[in-house]
Amino acid sequence: MILLFEQLLNGLQYGVTLFLLAAGLTLIFGIMGVINLAHGALYMVGAFAASWVAIQTGSFWGGLLTGLVASGIAGIVVELGVMRRLYARDHLDQVLATFALILIFNQTTVLIFGRQPLFTSTPEVLSGSIEILPGLPYPTYRLFVIAVGLAVAIGLYFLINKTRVGMLVRAGASNRQMVRALGVNIQGLYTAVFGLGALLAGLAGVMASPIVSVQVGMGDEIILATFVVVVIGGVGSVKGAFVAAIALGMFDTMLRAFLPATLQQVMPGPEAQALGVGISSMGIYLMMALVLLVRPRGLFAGRG
Amino acid sequence: MNRVLEIAGLVKTFGGLTATDNVSLTVNSGEIHALIGPNGAGKSTLINQICGELQPNAGQIHLAGRDVTHLSAADRVGLGLGRTFQITSLLDEMTVRENLGLAIQAREGSNFHIFDRAATRSEVWNETDEILSGSALGARSKVMVGDLAHGEKKQLELLMALSQRPRVLLLDEPMAGLGHIESQQMIASLRAARSECAMLLVEHDMEAVFALADRISVLVYGRIIAAGTADEIRADPAVREAYLGEEDA
Amino acid sequence: MKRENLLLLVVFILLALVPFAAELTGQSSWIKLVGQALIYGMAAASLNFILGYGGMVSFGHAAFFGIGGYVVGMLYHHFDAGTLFLGFIPGTDQMLITLPAAIVAAGLAAALVGALSLRTGGVQFIMITLAFAQMFFFLFISLKTYGGEDGIMVRRTNSLPGLNMKDKATLYWVVLGFAAAYYLFLRRLVQSSFGQIIAGIRQNERRMAAMGISTYRYKLYAFILSGMGAGLAGALMVNFLRFASPDMMHWSRSGELMVMVILGGVGTLAGPFIGAGALFTLETMLARVTEHWMLPVGILLLLVVLTSKGGLMALARKIMGGTK
Repeated sequence: MILLFEQLLNGLQYGVTLFLLAAGLTLIFGIMGVINLAHGALYMVGAFAASWVAIQTGSFWGGLLTGLVASGIAGIVVELGVMRRLYARDHLDQVLATFALILIFNQTTVLIFGRQPLFTSTPEVLSGSIEILPGLPYPTYRLFVIAVGLAVAIGLYFLINKTRVGMLVRAGASNRQMVRALGVNIQGLYTAVFGLGALLAGLAGVMASPIVSVQVGMGDEIILATFVVVVIGGVGSVKGAFVAAIALGMFDTMLRAFLPATLQQVMPGPEAQALGVGISSMGIYLMMALVLLVRPRGLFAGRG
Repeated sequence: MNRVLEIAGLVKTFGGLTATDNVSLTVNSGEIHALIGPNGAGKSTLINQICGELQPNAGQIHLAGRDVTHLSAADRVGLGLGRTFQITSLLDEMTVRENLGLAIQAREGSNFHIFDRAATRSEVWNETDEILSGSALGARSKVMVGDLAHGEKKQLELLMALSQRPRVLLLDEPMAGLGHIESQQMIASLRAARSECAMLLVEHDMEAVFALADRISVLVYGRIIAAGTADEIRADPAVREAYLGEEDA
Repeated sequence: MKRENLLLLVVFILLALVPFAAELTGQSSWIKLVGQALIYGMAAASLNFILGYGGMVSFGHAAFFGIGGYVVGMLYHHFDAGTLFLGFIPGTDQMLITLPAAIVAAGLAAALVGALSLRTGGVQFIMITLAFAQMFFFLFISLKTYGGEDGIMVRRTNSLPGLNMKDKATLYWVVLGFAAAYYLFLRRLVQSSFGQIIAGIRQNERRMAAMGISTYRYKLYAFILSGMGAGLAGALMVNFLRFASPDMMHWSRSGELMVMVILGGVGTLAGPFIGAGALFTLETMLARVTEHWMLPVGILLLLVVLTSKGGLMALARKIMGGTK
């Protein structure tokens, strides 16, 4: 029971990480109509910048700031240099150009940092654990990640629903032509949205850096899960991204935690282990296929 | 009278809005039945349900005596339902001849053959060339459809629809965007085609409607408020008030 | 038309001479390089049929490539161990059996993936094809019997009656024969009645439905044909490299196949082969010079996508001043 609760929290923590990535991606998708495979690279940029500064200076918070700035700048450079030319292109060109960006980002990172993973520790304030239930201590840092993720979700909710910029963003996500017709500075809005998305991706990377190993290619793995979240949630819907991210984060974590052991009760050990891990990895994709079969445009699809 | 197309009690709602409100109408063989109504009356919604692109909430559609309410758009075409689009919808990267040829090939079947040569199917291309040479587009057969003038596209769409040998043809605003001379040509083409199939003509151009229609139905707010011959519709007070009245006033 | 055939013949003869050239110059790695490029060309060409001619942007094509490869690997594994697949199918090392088996298996997988994926479109189609490919990828990783993450070593290339398949040049010529046959098949396919309907669906699906074409069935049929082609290519690749691994169906492999198609020219017959040759040669050359070869490849790819329409085929036509 306690193990289950702990895994649920782990799932929640993975879920908010996915949400930080998916929120930006789904807005970029919805407003600019562009598929950005390189969104995971911005996550990697955030993680690397933060870890490097943390290692050099010993300050997690300095790293946090650097990571955000680096990913935000990287995002804006990518928008101005590449994305802007892709908005009017078809999906195929977008997939390829951003695929190329992944290669460029990954190799540049190898050139700068090498292939060895970077390891950082959690900041001292957050390094202990808190007994959230009797007999269940849970790492403070992970609780912090969950709190940050939820705070961002609430912040985005207010930004999108209560501000003028948010109104434009909402209008853009459900009807691109309409925003063009409103005569707002569309280029500026695009750059801002892309920058915001990059910032959130960077934040996810920074938050993950003490928990996962910071290495080249780390963005490629998580970006696929993020796409699953965006598609299940419905392209352009931040609410959908939130629901899908939390659900998938939990689902994925549960499968990985409990499936191999369950299989071991009916199969020989090593094979059950391998099969359990394999099926767990397939879980989110299976989920996406099922959701799309019932709702071909995702759960909270905006555009009709 | 032989009913080629029969619509009974059709209802379509979007959220709280009733776009098609218990619509019934028939098209008899050899007849041109015009459907008129102000913008937003639900004409396109009705057409899309008849074609099978939208599913109605209630009601039936019969085509030549067969219930087609739940058939796909493609299956309805196979049973003799042809259409043209309000905004012309053609294969822009192919020539006029290739567009028409593909339409005839689609009708002729054998389309899952992967080892034949589509360009040498004589049953397709003889008919294509015959139709084209008898039409105003004869001299334009090698032109890319993307480069055609608007009126020519409308003419090509009509030729392609007719080449399917439909029992009934749905014409979604065939005059839209045409100049005066082009409209006269289109009216002449439709008049010439009336021996081939029945037609349901959705149109704003009243001159064309009165020139062509045997019967007219008036759709307002998703509801048919009047039906009859051209003279009856002209005289109908409800129509004058709801629709023609706007123009007279 | 005649000029095109002549050009094809010249290219074919030049390719057939590669093993002699390799022997004369002592560059035996050429055989391996050109052979692999030809096989990737087949896989890319199979993708191009649905992507370029049919307008279906499938991001999971490597799955069928990998499945075709695994069929060869698994049949060899059971042949070698003297065991039965699923308890009743004996293994084999006969190419005349393994290749058709690979094609059928890839076709079945494509039928399943296509039937479900083609219910969606646009972004969702791209992502759901990717999702299915990922499922196959993880499925094969989890099969310990077939090597899991490490894959299957195929110690001896499948045999063909009357040929010494151990000979590198012979194997290369067999691959070249298949590539040439597949090229001719595709040429026929795009000109066929079916190919014309598919081209029509790419341009305007709604119009085709108004002609009475059940577009879903045609797209599915095309998707299956395309998957079968990729399966054949995968089976040849495993024979050529004597190794099958989950890497064959990694999502970046699907991306690479798309890159080959775009680089060479979407919706052209020779484009995917040219794109595969260019990318593969470039990668191999650069990998000799620097371990960071992916960086220049990425920059080049980005430039190609951003600046040119139609890839290398369009460029070649411009230079040759050809028509069409």
